[in-house]
Amino acid sequence: MIFATVGTQLPFPRLMNALATLVIDLDEPVIAQTGPDPTRYLALDQRETLAPAEFSTLFQEARIIVAHAGMGTILSARRWHKPLVILPRRHDLGEHRNDHQLATARHVADLPGIHVAWEDAELAPLLRRQDLPSADETPGPGRAALIGRLRDFIAN
Amino acid sequence: MKSATGRPRRILAIASGGGHWQQLMLLRPAFEGHEVLFATTLTGLAAEFDAHPYVTVPDCNRNKKIAILRSAATVTTLILWKKPDIVISTGALPGVIALAIGRLIGARTVWIDSIANAEEMSMSGKLARRFAHLWLSQWEHVAAETGADFAGAVL
Repeated sequence: MIFATVGTQLPFPRLMNALATLVIDLDEPVIAQTGPDPTRYLALDQRETLAPAEFSTLFQEARIIVAHAGMGTILSARRWHKPLVILPRRHDLGEHRNDHQLATARHVADLPGIHVAWEDAELAPLLRRQDLPSADETPGPGRAALIGRLRDFIAN
Repeated sequence: MKSATGRPRRILAIASGGGHWQQLMLLRPAFEGHEVLFATTLTGLAAEFDAHPYVTVPDCNRNKKIAILRSAATVTTLILWKKPDIVISTGALPGVIALAIGRLIGARTVWIDSIANAEEMSMSGKLARRFAHLWLSQWEHVAAETGADFAGAVL
């Protein structure tokens, strides 16, 4: 099963249309959390929103996660050790209020298990791969430093 | 350096559901030894992360004025009731409100701007500046451009 998620705030029809087209020859169910999107994607098992516990369950059961470049999804993939494919939302296509998802994608593209589809056409080869590496939770050196700074602030 | 008394602080740690909340969860080791109350905007989320005790507050964003009032009323009541020594938020607007009210009652306040804001401070982060004793970006170049502090990042 492939789990697609685009957050709760904005629809992301470009990703959903791409998946609805792909699902026919992927031969694998796609469960899609579509957010506030009026379109019915008949090829997808569509949910507008998911309770946190349902979200976690689907996330953990999926073979691959495909999503917008939201930090919540990226951190979830690291938490649950899942391969994540992200398609950044684009401001010029009216998909977000600015291009911060492109910046996020550039900055996370080198992390293990985070696979960026810069264009729609890059989704299919990534989703067909059976050996796509998983993300992991290994923190960079900056996390301990940030925690240390907060700990000092709290104590003093 | 430890405080002179070493007493546990009362901390309110607040973040909206989604990425903001997940970043707050990754920073939890900073709160060890203190009395923490978690607050988020999505029912069931704190329990899913085993973050106890917690309260759920109404979400809001700058485009929805009524939601802002509802969120502010809940956050204000919470802070007057719990009287935290420290208020910490990773975003978004409900966190800004918490910092503002917290500061009014004498709490020390921390804003950690989301790591999703790799090119500029978030709108909420810009608002939070005047209420935050410690105002952090998780990107060194954003900190340098805005005058925020940089201490590291959750990734």
